[in-house]
Amino acid sequence: MWDYTEKVLDHFMNPRNVGEVENPDGVGEVGSMSCGDALRFTFKLGDDEHIAQAKFQTFGCGSAIASSSMLTEMVIGKTLEQAAQITNEDIAAELGGLPREKMHCSVMGREALEAAMIDYYKRLGKAVPCTLIAQDVEICHCFQVKKSTIVKAVEQYGLREIEDVTHYTKAGGGCSQCHHDIRHIIDDFWQQKERGDGTVAIEGLPVAAADSERTARIRDLIENDIARGLRTDGGDIELISVEDQTVSVRLTGACASCPASQATIKGWVEAQLREHFGEDIDVVEERS
Amino acid sequence: MSGFNLAEGLPERPERGVYLDNNATTSVAPEVVEAMLPYLTEFYGNPSSMHGFGAQAGRALDLARDRVAAMMGAESAGEIVFTSGGSESDNLGVTGTLRAYPEKRHLITSAVEHPAVLGLCRELESRHGYEVTYLGVDGEGMLDLDELRASLRDDTAVVSVMAANNETGVIFPTEEIGAIVKEHGAVYHVDAVQTAGKLALDVARSTADLVSISGHKIHACKGVGALYVRRGTKLRPLIVGGHQERGRRAGTENVSGLVGLGVACDLSVAHRDDENTRVRGLRDRLTERIVGTVADCRLNGHAERRLPNTANISFDYIEGEGILLLLDRCGVAASSGSACTSGSLEPSHVLKAMGVPFIAAHGSIRFSMSRYNTEADIDYTVEVIPRIVERLRAITPFGKQRQTF
Repeated sequence: MWDYTEKVLDHFMNPRNVGEVENPDGVGEVGSMSCGDALRFTFKLGDDEHIAQAKFQTFGCGSAIASSSMLTEMVIGKTLEQAAQITNEDIAAELGGLPREKMHCSVMGREALEAAMIDYYKRLGKAVPCTLIAQDVEICHCFQVKKSTIVKAVEQYGLREIEDVTHYTKAGGGCSQCHHDIRHIIDDFWQQKERGDGTVAIEGLPVAAADSERTARIRDLIENDIARGLRTDGGDIELISVEDQTVSVRLTGACASCPASQATIKGWVEAQLREHFGEDIDVVEERS
Repeated sequence: MSGFNLAEGLPERPERGVYLDNNATTSVAPEVVEAMLPYLTEFYGNPSSMHGFGAQAGRALDLARDRVAAMMGAESAGEIVFTSGGSESDNLGVTGTLRAYPEKRHLITSAVEHPAVLGLCRELESRHGYEVTYLGVDGEGMLDLDELRASLRDDTAVVSVMAANNETGVIFPTEEIGAIVKEHGAVYHVDAVQTAGKLALDVARSTADLVSISGHKIHACKGVGALYVRRGTKLRPLIVGGHQERGRRAGTENVSGLVGLGVACDLSVAHRDDENTRVRGLRDRLTERIVGTVADCRLNGHAERRLPNTANISFDYIEGEGILLLLDRCGVAASSGSACTSGSLEPSHVLKAMGVPFIAAHGSIRFSMSRYNTEADIDYTVEVIPRIVERLRAITPFGKQRQTF
């Protein structure tokens, strides 16, 4: 018997926001009958651009239903930019934790949210912010898991074994033909990480040791947390300088040519920095 | 907030639950507990010792062995090797045979075996270089005997099949299988863990060389089992050390547990008719009532060739774990072949081998009864099941695919 928290059991027994939003602004569907779990997530924005309604329908186990229910509660009242920052880990944490083998249920929640937001931008004919575009290949065909999902999980949870990747993403839990690929992804990630650690010096800038404590914290946020989201889409971000409240950054890789780069800078990078360093922060993009 | 409550209108867990998971484990019969207790307190001797304490324990063990031999239908008690349970019996039967015939490198089993056999076979393949043939099953869970005939080779050491499947209750034709195996001269191991106590075994007159049983499936305690080894069958031990069990299984015997196993064997013989009449009736009543009232559900496995206590029913469009959690809330214990309940991601290998579609495999529930179940247990279960299924179906995204909602 799984050791579910009281909150998981509560959200399973009394799921919130069950059903479908009428005339939704965005619809996200992930999973399938054959996968053993599937989630249909719909939302509608209010006049103030905050999510006014969010509903779900889930085929899946107790923790899949609880994760879906929790997700709807977490997104209501948030702007899309704020909602985009909800990670699967946040969903699991709100539930008081999930058994390791069930972490993929929270991942499904995050994926449905992403899919619904992409659907929203597409419906409006707007460019999809590159933080939401998953330009990557499907590794596990049994459970339709993409490379970015695996890389994210490996990084986020420090995974080193195929079995752990399966617990967190479901990848490799079926026919096991992709185990070889998963092994490669894990090994590549850690090799890159080990090569990269301590050797990433930014051209034309004093080394990190010379940063003030505040600048170091800003650098850490940009080059770790924020950059992580961009890297899965083939992009990256560098900190150029911090002058009082003005933070100059440079987008590189796929982000450099992304039509939505301004939205990324203002809507996401700036929002995150403001959350940590105050509302007066102004992020400007230095074009290379 | 939509105020949805999955458990709304469902009865609260009654004081005494309804236990319908007897293929997983059974309650220890009160008579068994009573028989065991003195061997945990007063009669603590080691049966191998040369004194009165030891002799008392030794006599109790002899009686237990006689009782197990009688229940299994063995010719002599010397053919019974006590083990720690079904998994050890299976491992000893298969591996012990391979060790006795080191030149034979092939074995045959079925795709629907218990993990005790399947896991062992995979290990033998991947780490020890053995070749394993896994016989497939049809949609009703039955073997193709021609496939067995075609798979037997000169270097086939052992054929290991189950007498009845733990998930579906489907009964294999062990004697027809045995006749084919014996023509080719391979050793024949039957995993009878699920049939013991429910059907007569009659091993002496069977074609089996080795037969595994487990104590806790027949109302004895966990941690005891037995392997029948037909006189003259070559078998190497897995656990070596002392001379216990005639050198076939070292280690001081679990005297109290085995005394209980002996009593449980006697009881199972006494209750076998009840199992095949009254318990079968309860099982059929449950099946008919559920399949008759709930849309989009089906019985998995052969309708007739099935253990009298087992019903495996699939509820399309919903996932087994949710059903179990709600059943548990109502005090009903069952199990599921869904992926989510096991922690693996694939649904039951048994249902998969039978070609049961995913849509049904994920929502499969196994109800397994025992002589302790009553009519009231079944009436209560068939009352709550349709309500649970309906509630879970109300929140799936597949509603539109259903014809009858």
